[in-house]
Amino acid sequence: MKKKLTFAAALLAASVLGGVANAKTLVYCSEASPANFDPGTTTGGNDFDASSRTVYSRLVEFKHGGTEIEPGLADKWEISDDGLVYTFHLHPGVKFQTTDYFKPTRDLNADDVVFSFDRQFNKENPWNGEKYLPNLTWDYYTGMDMPKYVAKWEKVDDLTVKLTLTEPNAPMLANLGMDFASIVSKEYAEQLEKSGKMADFSTKPIGTGPFQFVDYQLDSVIRYAAHPDYFKGKEKIDDLVFAITPDATARIQKVLAGECDIAPYPNPADIGTIKANQDVTLMDQAGLNIGYMSYNTTVPPLDKPEVRHALNQAIDREALIKSLFQDAGATPADNLIPPTMWSWDKSVKFDSYDPEAAKKVLADAGLKEIQLWASDRVRPYNPNFQRAAELIQADWAKVGVKAEIVNYEWTKYREEGKKKDRPGAFQIGWTGDNGDPDNFFATLFACSAIGVSNYSSWCDKDFEDLIQKAKKTSDQGERTKLYEQAQVVFQKQAPAFLMAHSQVYAVVRKNVSGFMMDPLGIHRFDGVDKAE
Amino acid sequence: MLRYLLNKIALVIPTLIGITICAFAFVRLLPGDPILAMAGEHGVAPARYEQLKEQFGYNLPIWQQYARYVGEVATGDFGVSISSKRPVMEEFKTLFPATMELSFFAMIFAMVLGIPAGIVAAVKRGSWFDQSLMGTALVGYSMPIFWWGLLLIIFFSGYLGWTPVSGRIGLQFFFKPITGFMTIDTLIYGKWDAFRSALSHLVLPAIVLGTIPLAVIARQTRSAMLEVLGEDYVRTARAKGLSSARVIGVHALRNALIPVVTTIGLQVGTLLAGAILTETIFAWPGIGKWMVDSIFKRDYVVVQSGLLLIALIVMAVNLIVDVLYAVINPRIRAA
Repeated sequence: MKKKLTFAAALLAASVLGGVANAKTLVYCSEASPANFDPGTTTGGNDFDASSRTVYSRLVEFKHGGTEIEPGLADKWEISDDGLVYTFHLHPGVKFQTTDYFKPTRDLNADDVVFSFDRQFNKENPWNGEKYLPNLTWDYYTGMDMPKYVAKWEKVDDLTVKLTLTEPNAPMLANLGMDFASIVSKEYAEQLEKSGKMADFSTKPIGTGPFQFVDYQLDSVIRYAAHPDYFKGKEKIDDLVFAITPDATARIQKVLAGECDIAPYPNPADIGTIKANQDVTLMDQAGLNIGYMSYNTTVPPLDKPEVRHALNQAIDREALIKSLFQDAGATPADNLIPPTMWSWDKSVKFDSYDPEAAKKVLADAGLKEIQLWASDRVRPYNPNFQRAAELIQADWAKVGVKAEIVNYEWTKYREEGKKKDRPGAFQIGWTGDNGDPDNFFATLFACSAIGVSNYSSWCDKDFEDLIQKAKKTSDQGERTKLYEQAQVVFQKQAPAFLMAHSQVYAVVRKNVSGFMMDPLGIHRFDGVDKAE
Repeated sequence: MLRYLLNKIALVIPTLIGITICAFAFVRLLPGDPILAMAGEHGVAPARYEQLKEQFGYNLPIWQQYARYVGEVATGDFGVSISSKRPVMEEFKTLFPATMELSFFAMIFAMVLGIPAGIVAAVKRGSWFDQSLMGTALVGYSMPIFWWGLLLIIFFSGYLGWTPVSGRIGLQFFFKPITGFMTIDTLIYGKWDAFRSALSHLVLPAIVLGTIPLAVIARQTRSAMLEVLGEDYVRTARAKGLSSARVIGVHALRNALIPVVTTIGLQVGTLLAGAILTETIFAWPGIGKWMVDSIFKRDYVVVQSGLLLIALIVMAVNLIVDVLYAVINPRIRAA
């Protein structure tokens, strides 16, 4: 009997779920399976594409295709003169998604906002730990230093939320546009807690975003439908499908064959073929990233800026970039931050190729041998560490410096590389989180980042003062000036060899409109349409 | 027979213990750990690293961690994935049917082509067919799966457009899985177009995964047949005036198949190993791809429990093959 019932239920499900053939469907060939659908608990770009950017919204949002902040769930906000109190005014009448597993009885209010953050740091909150999911680490919340800066979140009234900081922190607004800051439904959480199904919160998401979750077949297909009551207006496409396709060649073949409409991250070797195809467009954008090589500035003779400059001058950077990135291309870096980011100082120029001058300085400094570090992983800012190391090794050999290439597996590589006494030059890079210059300067070269992500072990007083001051200033004009000065100091001190900002690509079929490349590396489908 | 069976089962236990040790040790021998793998370029501050290690229980002595793992597994608790936070057993149950379906079709492909090809090659020993078949089998056996899969995709799906590039079924078909086997589920729902779509998605991955077993089976069938064809009883059968087809098809083949059955059983391990690459290329949601992802994420729990579950299945299949072997070859039972 039980078997018969299951069978009948399955038939019913099939007839209900089967009737989606005529709706406007957009298929995105994503690169990996999401870990889960709770953006507070995950860290990967593919996790965020599948959760925060589809299902959820935030108080503030990044402008489509840019890094500027614009209103999200908060229509407007005020920051107190001392930079310590942020008051957000919520958009009235924002609806949470109605699905077969949750029917909201109220609109979004301040309780949801307070809960969304409280659960990430408050040990008393039942959603903070084991009761919800095992081994929760809230990586981004701690990674962005939120516990240090946030004093409290308060509900003023249903549509007003107040955030108080412990000290001024200008990048805070940008942090609130990040994926971990997605606003979840407190009502849904309470309902799941009551029914004892808390883990469902991470597998069956409810948000206020443009698309609502329909189904996930593990490692295979994720299905969404347009959220009919989306507060910025219902999307033009009815159904959004993520077809998970990890192999880059297969992904591109799928777009070319019309099996999907959009696919990210083609192989650099396939760029030529894609450009020649009539049915698809290759979209690209300068990525919000930097590939660089950190010198350990505490180990002689690398503690002398002139030695570091000489090593930079000895590298034929143009040839290096051409050989590494090939058809995909990359912009040679003059500063740590890419030209698309505000406060980028165009007057600063990176060391030019001058092996003769370098040879003399290096001989005087007595530098004959150096370690040159390389790992095995392909990164967006450096497709081949080993190849880069070999080219740099050859260049340095020409100026009389013998480089020994040190190889480690990627995880071990970073663990060894961040040690304060690590010798030599260490290849690494960075992709920005929130479009704020602080996310490059302070994350990578602040004194406090030594032993974590400051691979140069570089602590320069002038530089540190400038970036700390910029962090506490809320006026963007003033911050720009401070970061421009910081870039001048950085160029003078040369704690690293700056290589390039790489291009980021996506392949899109010609009948798709409204899709934009995003400097933050996210893939958004709000505003996208498809001609039949 | 019972004693034979008991002997075989008794061997399973030490093997299992060995596997838990290997699965537990190998993933820990890899440099790095789940915390570092998760941190990415962000890095993790030393204090926080220690705190997380404690939270995850990785600060305990290694033997305590192992004891805990074995204790949990013994009570049927395979743990919860570090990265997805879902129970390992649940993920395994969802993904395994996909791997099994693919392996089944790959095996059908290998047997349907491999056995007849081996027979013909043996009967026409030394002919051009025999020579070219054995040459091709050698190529097939040495074929890098990754390259072979991409080649087929680019030619049949990209250039000719005959087969879908990847996935298990057309995206327009959407139903709740019942058995997890796409070809069976579509039939239960009575959707013929979905069934056809599922079959068309199986063609390329089954060929890619079945290529190595095909080569092995063809070579094994040929050599077994050659041996049998030289036996006295075959000569006797021919002398009796039986038709050539009857001599080869009945008298020779039945005896030649005994070692072939063993070979087929042993290919299960090859299929599961091949599934790792095949599933990654064809975006096939099975356990091969699952294991690779988990190794990259240093998801200790999934790797050690997943390996154990896979090993259990391989051992079960081998046990069944041993029993079958005893059934079709009575001499074994006595031994």
